[in-house]
Amino acid sequence: MRLENFLIMRQELLLTLVALIVLIADLAIKDDKKRIVIPISIVLFFLVTVAGFIPASEGILFGGMYKSTALTILMKNILNVGVLIVFIQSVTWLKRDDLQNKISEYFILIVSTLIGMNFMISSGDFLMFYLGLETATIPIAALAAYEKFKAKSAEAGIKLILSSALSSGILLYGLSMIYGTTGSIYFADVAASFGNTPLHVLAFIFFFAGMAFKISLVPFHLWTADVYEGAPINVTSYLSVISKGAAVFIFTIILYTVFSQIAYLWRELLVIISLLTMTVGNLFAIRQQNLKRFLAFSSIAQAGFILLGILDGSVLGMTSTVYFVMIYIFSNLGAFGVVAAVSNMTNKENMDDYNGFYRTNPKLSLVMMLSLFSLAGIPPVAGFFGKFFLFTAAAHQGYYMLVLVAVLNATISLYYYLLLIKAMFINTSDNPIARINSDFSTKLGLIICVVGIFVIGFASPLYELIRSLSFGF
Amino acid sequence: MIEYIWLVPLLPLIGFLLIAFNFKRFQGSVSGIIASSAIFVSFIISLIVFIEIYSSKQTATVQLFHWIKFNKIDISFSFLIDQLSTLMLMIITGVGFLIHVYSIGYMKGDSGFNRFFSYMNLFVFFMLLLVLGSNYLIMFIGWEGVGLCSYLLIGFWFKKHENNNAAKKAFIMNRIGDLGFLLGIFMLYYYFGTLNFNGIFFQAHMFTIGNPTITIITLLLFVGAIGKSAQIPLFTWLPDAMAGPTPVSALIHAATMVTAGIYMIARSNVLFVLSPITLLIIAIVGITTALLAGGIAIFQTDIKKVLAYSTVSQLGFMFLALGVGAFTGAMFHLTTHAFFKALLFLAAGSVIHALNGEQDIRKMGGLKNKIPITFFTFLIGTIAISGIPPFSGFFSKDMILIGAFEANSIFWIIAVIVSLMTTFYMFRLLYIVFWKRSNKEDLHAHESPKNMTIPLMILAVLSVLAGAFGIPLVFGGNDIIGNFLSPIFTESTNIIKINAHEISHNTELLLMFIPVIFVFVVVYLAYYVYVKQKKLPEADNQKRPFFSNIFFKKLYFDEIYNALFVKPALWLSDFLHNIIELKVIDRMVNQAGNLVVWTGKTIRYIQTGNVGFYLFAMVISIILILIFKLFI
Repeated sequence: MRLENFLIMRQELLLTLVALIVLIADLAIKDDKKRIVIPISIVLFFLVTVAGFIPASEGILFGGMYKSTALTILMKNILNVGVLIVFIQSVTWLKRDDLQNKISEYFILIVSTLIGMNFMISSGDFLMFYLGLETATIPIAALAAYEKFKAKSAEAGIKLILSSALSSGILLYGLSMIYGTTGSIYFADVAASFGNTPLHVLAFIFFFAGMAFKISLVPFHLWTADVYEGAPINVTSYLSVISKGAAVFIFTIILYTVFSQIAYLWRELLVIISLLTMTVGNLFAIRQQNLKRFLAFSSIAQAGFILLGILDGSVLGMTSTVYFVMIYIFSNLGAFGVVAAVSNMTNKENMDDYNGFYRTNPKLSLVMMLSLFSLAGIPPVAGFFGKFFLFTAAAHQGYYMLVLVAVLNATISLYYYLLLIKAMFINTSDNPIARINSDFSTKLGLIICVVGIFVIGFASPLYELIRSLSFGF
Repeated sequence: MIEYIWLVPLLPLIGFLLIAFNFKRFQGSVSGIIASSAIFVSFIISLIVFIEIYSSKQTATVQLFHWIKFNKIDISFSFLIDQLSTLMLMIITGVGFLIHVYSIGYMKGDSGFNRFFSYMNLFVFFMLLLVLGSNYLIMFIGWEGVGLCSYLLIGFWFKKHENNNAAKKAFIMNRIGDLGFLLGIFMLYYYFGTLNFNGIFFQAHMFTIGNPTITIITLLLFVGAIGKSAQIPLFTWLPDAMAGPTPVSALIHAATMVTAGIYMIARSNVLFVLSPITLLIIAIVGITTALLAGGIAIFQTDIKKVLAYSTVSQLGFMFLALGVGAFTGAMFHLTTHAFFKALLFLAAGSVIHALNGEQDIRKMGGLKNKIPITFFTFLIGTIAISGIPPFSGFFSKDMILIGAFEANSIFWIIAVIVSLMTTFYMFRLLYIVFWKRSNKEDLHAHESPKNMTIPLMILAVLSVLAGAFGIPLVFGGNDIIGNFLSPIFTESTNIIKINAHEISHNTELLLMFIPVIFVFVVVYLAYYVYVKQKKLPEADNQKRPFFSNIFFKKLYFDEIYNALFVKPALWLSDFLHNIIELKVIDRMVNQAGNLVVWTGKTIRYIQTGNVGFYLFAMVISIILILIFKLFI
């Protein structure tokens, strides 16, 4: 391998290096000083994130199995920034005494999944795609069961591994049929010979089901709430944001490149699934008391909105999808960050606990409010523009009724987001959550989110940048 | 320095944020000093930019960032630096700074001291945005922003209910105008595909004179100007706005915000000259407002109300100038008016300050020797506004009168009458407030502190000298302001001039001196009535002669509006609330909400927590999709 080739896949290689360094560091550090792993990992990861922004050439490796374009680099950078925020938000939690010996595990597992995601996004054939997908999934089950002595956490891990095993099986079955009918696993070759025969449709639907599971689209979403609730909160935020974002990216890429021939077929499917996902996600979210479940269903509904962008099938769709995921990362991590800060300090995770929260913690309440406004899509915060472009993409294809339903759903979502805001700002409580002295890392994580929510909203050059990169597809 | 123009609005914004975030922390005059220094630095930068523009005669657009860019829409956040905007910059930051300094003394000890200065800085920020914006959208942001600050500052002493009502009135009346402005902007975008001044004015040449589209657009824009600049029929908010602290009246309701309408039309002159009908309407509305407001001012008894109606009247004068195509005259009068009206308001504030809050002129008198600086500066302001040469008001009014005469001699006659009314009510005010009446005991009064009197003196000097920028050619002057602004207005003036008849130098001199002679007569008349005869306005409950009563009651505008609009609106709101809202919409919304909640409750049983069921559901779903895709 020549040096340029290293540069083309530098993000994956650097991440592998980080995982190895953390592993070695963990072995070298004495038991009572394990906490030093936290800063080491975060600093290393920060450096990788920065390195991702250094301009690099596009390229194809391994005879077409791996390909890197400006857009995939951007997607990886978006994920990196998200993971960095997750890491920063996890610091307080990881410092807990009972997790002392497992700190490095957390970082290694997350970095491994991220390596998988990166390979998945850059994949040029179904083999690389599948390997990446599995690398990105299996360690997450371990993460979900991270606090294994808690019954719910262990249960979450088992549920995730069982259902993802089934979905992977189905997906793999679909891929084998694709290979069987087209004789190739390379995206370009498959795209050239993919048609509308029943076997092809069957293969596509199996593939679709597997991806729908990853993005937790209705009706493949049932695992989501239980796993999100059971897993430690920082893992949940990782699952709901990064994991989902990466799956959306590769799903869009494959739909647009491999299955572009049968766009009319998946477009119809996406319309129905999108309707179901938005509506069911929202209806469930209304009833939730536990904030982790609440955010889980809200994130299902958000995935339904994302489909509006994907179904466009052109540059506009790709741009609005990537743009929205970027905004979604900041907004959702903002909301999760506050819930995590509260949960790690007080173990309170219910909506009722937040009554009177504004009086004791005005700053955290404001961050929460901003994040929820962004999730609901209220101008001028970024979420509004994200949704606006998604709706534009769907309207571009003439799905006005769908956009109308989506707007109704956005209204329903505003209702339950406002429920939480009302609890924080208007409701009073005899026993509100005490003032939380958040440490530097919590503050930093939330500040990044707030800045992101505002800056993306006001900076249209970002949208233009994504648009210019999206022409590669 | 032009590329640093963004500092000019940024500094007041920073001042606002700084004060707003340290609301409870700042003690004493700290916030006042911060606010004043922010404006002062802005003023220095504006001055440098002004000189650069003045000497280079160049204009520039400074682009800050692309703001909205989507499909064909491309609106950038950029500033247009030209003769017109820099002139406004000088007025806003210069007069603004003096008023800020004055306010430190005036507002001393007020519990809302910090709040006051944060609002004032925010106001200056929006006002600067309004004049600097290089497209109608930025202008509109500033336009709305100054409206908001005006609302906040009128209702500054919010514990008194009538202040809140005054604030609401100002806001609502402005909204009516804003709606027109907004519709005008929409139409501009629709027909021109851009909101940039340069783009629109460049394309405007494609329209012929009298084109109905342009007429509608300009009329809509004028509706916006009517609201903001308090013209008939939307002028009643301005006198009520005097409920705010006096420096607010000076800055917002005399020198800057209310002139935004004039500025907007002057800025859009290229469009307005294409519609002679609109210009005629503007001239008629302007002169009518000037006449009626002048009449009302003569019969008012509140020192600030007199000045407020005077402002309305002077703004009408400026609209007359715009309507007859004397754009330079309008801008020149705007400038001199900013100086002497700010001066008059601040001096009135000083009087009020000296008398511990008394505003009724019937309870004043004999203040001449007690507060000499205030008296002297008020006197200068009065002379300036009355149009007595060589004070500034004479030259700016003269420019408008000549313009009016060129267009239509009836306009000229009415304008001269308005100008004489101005002289009368101003000298009436001066004599009643400052001359001694024997039948009254001495009032206890004290001169204001230095930081209030020094701004008064500076403004007085400006009120005297500002006329020098517009000495007409007849007097061997070189019409500095006309030359300065000519790049903006020449084209439009040429279009107007086609219809106007040129007047000779002798006629011009004659037109200048006839009013001046009458002015002196009127000054003596006021002296005779209010000093010699010691006449005093009647008490409120006393019966007045019919004519005087109508004007004292402000022509019953408020009562008519109340009966025509406010009452029916309230009745309609009651109906909508009690019947439509509560009985129809509420019920529907509640049912919809109940449906959603009920559905949520019912379908949650799917979420059993059993993995086996989850997997089963997935498989069933795949089968359903397959059936859907393969067989339907």
